[in-house]
Amino acid sequence: MKQKVYKDIDAIVADVPDGARIMFGGFGGAGFPNNLIQALARRGTKDIVAISNNCGTHDGELGLLFKLDRIRHVIASFPGPHATHFQERFAAKTVGLELVPQGILCERMRAAAAGLLGFYSPVGVGTEVAAGKEERLIDGRRCILEMPIHADFAFIKAQKADELGNLTYRLAAQNFNPIMAMAAKTTMVEVDEIVPVGSIDPESVMTPAIFVHRIVQAKGVRYAG
Amino acid sequence: MPVKTRLTREQIAARAALELPDGAYVNLGWGIPNLIADHLPPGITVYFHSENGILGMGRRAKAGEEDFDLVDAMKVPVTLVQGASFFHQADAHLMTRGGHLDVAVLGGFQVSEKGDLANWKIPGAKGSGGIGGAMDIAAGAKALIVCMEHTTKEGAPKIVRECTYPLTGLACVDTIVTDLAVIDVRDRGLVLREVAPGWSAAEVQELTGAKVAVPARVPEMRLS
Repeated sequence: MKQKVYKDIDAIVADVPDGARIMFGGFGGAGFPNNLIQALARRGTKDIVAISNNCGTHDGELGLLFKLDRIRHVIASFPGPHATHFQERFAAKTVGLELVPQGILCERMRAAAAGLLGFYSPVGVGTEVAAGKEERLIDGRRCILEMPIHADFAFIKAQKADELGNLTYRLAAQNFNPIMAMAAKTTMVEVDEIVPVGSIDPESVMTPAIFVHRIVQAKGVRYAG
Repeated sequence: MPVKTRLTREQIAARAALELPDGAYVNLGWGIPNLIADHLPPGITVYFHSENGILGMGRRAKAGEEDFDLVDAMKVPVTLVQGASFFHQADAHLMTRGGHLDVAVLGGFQVSEKGDLANWKIPGAKGSGGIGGAMDIAAGAKALIVCMEHTTKEGAPKIVRECTYPLTGLACVDTIVTDLAVIDVRDRGLVLREVAPGWSAAEVQELTGAKVAVPARVPEMRLS
C-alpha cells in the first residue's frame, strides 16, 4: 500500500514547483490549512496561481504568501477587507484577480472533479462576471457558460484522517475543503488526528480516501488570527 | 419644517422580519439583514442558512461559548438550533442558487424599477471589491427582499430607473424595505405597499428615482 502519511510537514510540500496552481480551503477563519501554507512559504514556491474563497487575513491564512510575493494570480470570490497584503499588491497591479461568485467557484471546481467540461448558469448574467463568456437562452432563461477550474494541488484541512486518507470535518470547518479535495490532481491534508484504517465508520466518511494523496498531522500549530 | 424621522436600521430589520413565513428557510446577507434574527415575532420559527454550510443557525455565541469552527458568513461565532445540519460550500450554494431557500434578504446600494440589484461594489471605492455569495443568492432565491436606506448619505435615491453601480443580478428583487417605505417590484413596475409613520406617499415618491404606483390605501409600516 502506498504510504500517504508524512511525518514532516516540510517534506509534504517539497515538490510543489514554481507556477503551481493550488486550491486553498477555509472560510471565515475555519478550516484553513495554515500549517501547510506556512510550510509552502518556507519551501519558497513562487508564481503561484491560487484558488481560494478569500485572500487572507493580514499575515494569516493566504496573507503570508501574498506578503512574501509568492502568488501572481488568484481566483477568489471575496478577497476581503482584511486581506491587506493582497489589496496592496492588487492596487499596485502586481497580483492578478479573477472574481467569481462563490457558488460558481464551487461548481467550477466540482465540474473539474466530475470530468465535466463546463456548464450553463444564470448566476451573474448581465453583470461584470459575464464579460467574455458565451451567453445563450435555455428554457427562456439567459445563462452563461462557466468553465471548470483545475488545480495541480489542493491544500486542505480536516479534523481526522485514517491512514488511507478517509476524512471527517468538524462543524462548519468543512466549507470548501471537500470540494477542493476532489478537484485537484494532488490533495494534501493537514489534520488534527490520524487514526488507524477502520476506525472511522464507513458511513461517517465525508471525503473518501480516493481523493486524498498526502496526510500530515499538524495539531497545535494553528494560526490564532 | 422639522426634519422628519426615518426608521432606524433596527426598525428596518424589524419590519423585514415580518415578511418571513413560519418554518421558512432563510438566508440573511451582510448589513441590515444581519439584524433581522433579533427581531423575529414571537411564535415564529425560522431556519437560518449560512453560505459556509449551516442550516439551523441560532443566536450569536456568548463570550466563553465561542467555537471558531462554528461561525457565520461574517466570521462571527454562532450557535445552533435543534435540527441543525452541516454541509459543504457547494451544497450551501446549491440551496441558494437552486431555489431551495424560501426567502433571502440582502443589503443593497441600488435597486432598479425592474428589480435589478447592485450591492457588491461602489464605483471608485478602494480595493478589489468582493462578490461572495450575493450573485448566487440573487439568481436563485424564491423570494428576495432588499433592506437598505431609501437614499444615500448625500440624499441621492437608491431606488432608481436603471442601476449605475456594478450589478449583482437582473430582475431579482421582489420587495424593498427601507427607512421610508415597503415597495414591491411587480411586472409593471414599483408599487408602494406601506410608508414609514408620518410620511406620505408623495414624500416617498419625491425621494425615489423611479415611478412608484400608489394604491388607494397605503398603511403605515408595521414594526411588530
